[in-house]
Amino acid sequence: MTYTISSRQLDSKIPGGPLEDKWENHKFSIRLVNPNNKRKFKIIVVGTGLAGASAAATLGELGYNVEVFTFHDSPRRAHSIAAQGGINAAKNYHNDGDSVFRLFYDTIKGGDYRSREANVYRLADVSLNIIDQCTAQGVPFAREYGGYLDNRSFGGAQVSRTFYARGQTGQQLLLGAYQALLRQVAAGTVKLHRRTEMLDLVVKDGRAVGIVTRDLISGEIRSHSAHAVVLATGGYANVFFLSTNAMASNVTAAWRAHRRGAAFANPCFTQIHPTCIPQSDEFQSKLTLMSESLRNDGRIWVPKRADDNRPPDQIPEEDRDYYLERMYPAFGNLVPRDVASRAAKRMVDAGKGVGPLKNGVYLDFSHAIERLGIDVIADRYGNLFEMYERITDENPYKVPMRIYPAPHYTMGGLWVDYNLMTTIPGLYALGEANFSDHGANRLGASALMQGLADGYFILPYTIGDYLADFLGDPVVPTDDPAFREVEDEVRGRISGYLNTGGTRSVDWFHRELGKILWDHCGMSRNEEGLKKALAEIPALYEEFKRDVRVLGTNESLNQSLEKAGRVDDFFELAQLMCLDALHREESAGGHFREEYQTEEGEALRRDDLFAYVAAWEWTGNPQAPALIKEPLEFEYVTPSTRSYK
Amino acid sequence: MGGPDRKDELVATEERRRDPWFVDFYRSAVGKKWVMALSGIVLLGYLVAHMIGNLKVFLPAVDGVPELDLYAQALRSLLFPIAPHGVVLWILRVGLIIAFLLHVHAAYSLTIMNRRARPVDYAGPRQYLAANYASRTMRWSGVIVILFVIFHLADLTWGIQPAAPDSWEHGQVYANFIATFSRPWVTAFYVLAQLALAPHIFHGAWSMFQSMGVNHPRFNRWRRYFAVALTAVIVVPNVIMPLSVLLGFVGA
Amino acid sequence: MNITLQVWRQESADRPGRFVTYQVTDIEPDMSFLEMLDVLNERLIAQGEEPIAFDHDCREGICGSCGVMIDGLPHGPQLGTATCQLHMRKFRDGDTIVVEPWRAAAFPVIKDLVVDRSAFDKIIEAGGYISVDTGSAPDANLIPVPKEVADTAFDAAACIGCGACVAACPNGAANLFTAAKVAHLNLLPQGQAERWRRTEAMVETMEQYFGSCTNHGECEKACPKGISIDFIAMMNRDYAKAKVKNRRLLSQSN
Repeated sequence: MTYTISSRQLDSKIPGGPLEDKWENHKFSIRLVNPNNKRKFKIIVVGTGLAGASAAATLGELGYNVEVFTFHDSPRRAHSIAAQGGINAAKNYHNDGDSVFRLFYDTIKGGDYRSREANVYRLADVSLNIIDQCTAQGVPFAREYGGYLDNRSFGGAQVSRTFYARGQTGQQLLLGAYQALLRQVAAGTVKLHRRTEMLDLVVKDGRAVGIVTRDLISGEIRSHSAHAVVLATGGYANVFFLSTNAMASNVTAAWRAHRRGAAFANPCFTQIHPTCIPQSDEFQSKLTLMSESLRNDGRIWVPKRADDNRPPDQIPEEDRDYYLERMYPAFGNLVPRDVASRAAKRMVDAGKGVGPLKNGVYLDFSHAIERLGIDVIADRYGNLFEMYERITDENPYKVPMRIYPAPHYTMGGLWVDYNLMTTIPGLYALGEANFSDHGANRLGASALMQGLADGYFILPYTIGDYLADFLGDPVVPTDDPAFREVEDEVRGRISGYLNTGGTRSVDWFHRELGKILWDHCGMSRNEEGLKKALAEIPALYEEFKRDVRVLGTNESLNQSLEKAGRVDDFFELAQLMCLDALHREESAGGHFREEYQTEEGEALRRDDLFAYVAAWEWTGNPQAPALIKEPLEFEYVTPSTRSYK
Repeated sequence: MGGPDRKDELVATEERRRDPWFVDFYRSAVGKKWVMALSGIVLLGYLVAHMIGNLKVFLPAVDGVPELDLYAQALRSLLFPIAPHGVVLWILRVGLIIAFLLHVHAAYSLTIMNRRARPVDYAGPRQYLAANYASRTMRWSGVIVILFVIFHLADLTWGIQPAAPDSWEHGQVYANFIATFSRPWVTAFYVLAQLALAPHIFHGAWSMFQSMGVNHPRFNRWRRYFAVALTAVIVVPNVIMPLSVLLGFVGA
Repeated sequence: MNITLQVWRQESADRPGRFVTYQVTDIEPDMSFLEMLDVLNERLIAQGEEPIAFDHDCREGICGSCGVMIDGLPHGPQLGTATCQLHMRKFRDGDTIVVEPWRAAAFPVIKDLVVDRSAFDKIIEAGGYISVDTGSAPDANLIPVPKEVADTAFDAAACIGCGACVAACPNGAANLFTAAKVAHLNLLPQGQAERWRRTEAMVETMEQYFGSCTNHGECEKACPKGISIDFIAMMNRDYAKAKVKNRRLLSQSN
């Protein structure tokens, strides 16, 4: 697998002026759509997570004619619901020195200087409005006794700026957005399509003009036409098969857009979350995340000696290695996710892993319980402890938790400019589906912030600038040949899966693909492994095309058929991930190349060579994509080696 | 910033509100439960009063007239001569009848609604975790209570045979009382009917708090105690009285 | 472990369904119930039989997608646990387990164990929100909310919309689902402006689809989030108040 350098240039459309004025200036300079004309524009929003629901609701409130699609039975099921820890905002309610600039700085630094300054500053800026908006919607954030909002601290930050709603912040924020969305559905400004999956994008004359969907119950393939298409379809961590993502999370919408011309940026930037419950057997279908907030009070340790088989309570203090506190005294257990994850991997690789499969490290609350009392700990983490006990049958009040990193979030995604528009005019990408704000690593409690920033406060402004050109133009009719062709392709793909008549299930292939990817393109990567993966994946993909077995018909609910299309796209994405990881000969954030590390084993960035966004173009041949580099310039922060010591 | 064509109210709720207040309220299931709770309070109050009045069967006669008969006369002449003879009692009776009819009608229409809401039952086994015998048999115990009330009225109020004893005579409350419960099958029927009434009162007395939203964490468990106590206060004497007659403790 | 499963199979909404018995051998006690179904499905595919359709997604007990009747208990024998977090260690080797979809007129079966729960969305559409357009919110700390109020509102807001309450209710009523959202919003100061309108509209929309509450308390026990029927009491009180309050407002405006 090789790549070419594309001749194309990317215009990120970053406005001029000082950092703190860019967004304000931009909002003033872009074109608007008159309130009475908004209803003449039809906008498709795919996905109803934080980004999609908030965007669709806000566009509906503005008066646009919105159609929103979810493959779930209700918009409320989107995987944003599972986010636990919290949402960052630079409110400085606790007078501990927080500011928009500090949140911006922490996010840029946490992302290992692989994101755009202007985007990240805007994100930090609108974080203030998000908390206001969500509180007004009735999101029951944690409160102090005085009735004011409570905050907690999170990995990668030295201030308390994380707003939370017990361990279910994502749920509460999503329900807020979902309620706002359903309010618009009731008002008639938004039309909701349930159990309807987008299977392809339709592009005509270089613009995104609609999508082709499959009704998951009747199997009907249908075209939907619009003036603009917004993808808020989440990330692709499920490419690893075992991840903390929901079972249905997939890359299909983004990947199909990529195949129609949208550049895909930084696919190798994947985040491995340090605090998940270790795998317990080979039938495991997913990994469960335990909120990172646990690291506030839990202490991470392993036995000092490899293969120490004593139960944890019989290992005395002097035989324990609190390795994060030892290696990173300033941040201790609160180092960023990538750092914590790799440290855990080093311990397990050194034979110091704990648990029956020796695949975890301890997260111990006994000191916190001694210091704060069991009630305080139960109040803070009670629901997480219960969840842990339900899954493992162990009581974390008595026995230390066992945790291990797991694929969790993907910083990479569709390339977007400052307006969140992809390289296809009229196609926008929001939230985890785009690549924009987290660079090579995302800080805890920033995903919720980004999804809502994009959906509530950024896209609703920027989309008007594009639409203003098309006032009075009707949408492309769905019987246009452009739609017909795509529909035929989709039907062909579906009948292809159903008619392969092979012997192995879709899940089997997905699991095998995940193993290859986890071994060679997971927490740490090297040239040899990546080349091996790039040889193994196409071979497995060929086998998939030849030997997959999908039973049933298209004309009824068919979950195997749904999965087949998703795994098919994962195969192509996986190859691009490995290629991107291979080409990026440096370590940055979630991308750790073993060849590029300091003597102490920390990530070694190579700013002179790789301070750019790698945006990949589809060439028609999955084996030979084209690379476009968007250079990253830092005017306000100076890239330095991240140090959490 | 609102869009041009926003409807702010659900049409259904809007239209319903034009009807008279009680009709509108009663049309909803929550409203019907309120009516069941309020009419239940009236019926329970009646049951307590009725039971206390009947206890006079244990008191000795005054000047040869059984105290129970005096009590019955007093009821008919309530507020007499301010109100004409018997009028106040009829007002009370009408109130009671209305409460009874509303209670039955609400129960009936909710039952129809609930049957429609669960047309297909579970084909497999069903395990209940909270629903007890009382709550699940309210409809049946309610029907038994209706049948009992008809029999009871025929027996002691209207004197219709064969429910009433052969010697039934209008106004002779005490004598009728002794005569009817001297028949073992009648006493047995009354006792059984009271045992059917017990769970109905128990669930109703707890349920009414919930239906009317009378709820406070500090007092919530007292709602159960209250329901048990009220059930015992009504049912125990009502069982003792007919048995006392049959066993010869009274009227012998 | 070896178990016998009796699973409801139904091709589509308009076809009759039936129980099919499967022997599932060599199950690990640490598997979740849904992973056990995954294993069974893999074996069915290998045998050329269509796998069992069931809704599921996050498998962390929060999205509310999963939910089946297991031996006559919504979400199975472990209280406060969604089906996805129920583990096979809660069963014994040799058990026979009956698996059925939720049953209610408002939840028609789509296929096998999958039901249509969109009636829940209709209730939320009727008023399960606070009308605040994006951008019009004041500073978040402008309105203090007593901690106890925020905590109780959260207890209600924890609902995951799985439908176990409806499945458990002998009347197919959705009062716990509706009351949870009504209480969440009615308790908070931000929700006061629309309190009476919301309660009225949500209750009346609920009653268009679902049965009525007869205070069994089954829903509370079935709820994987342990939401209390005290919220139903609160909704009943607010509904009666709403009928009075709205009349008064109406007479003033007309």
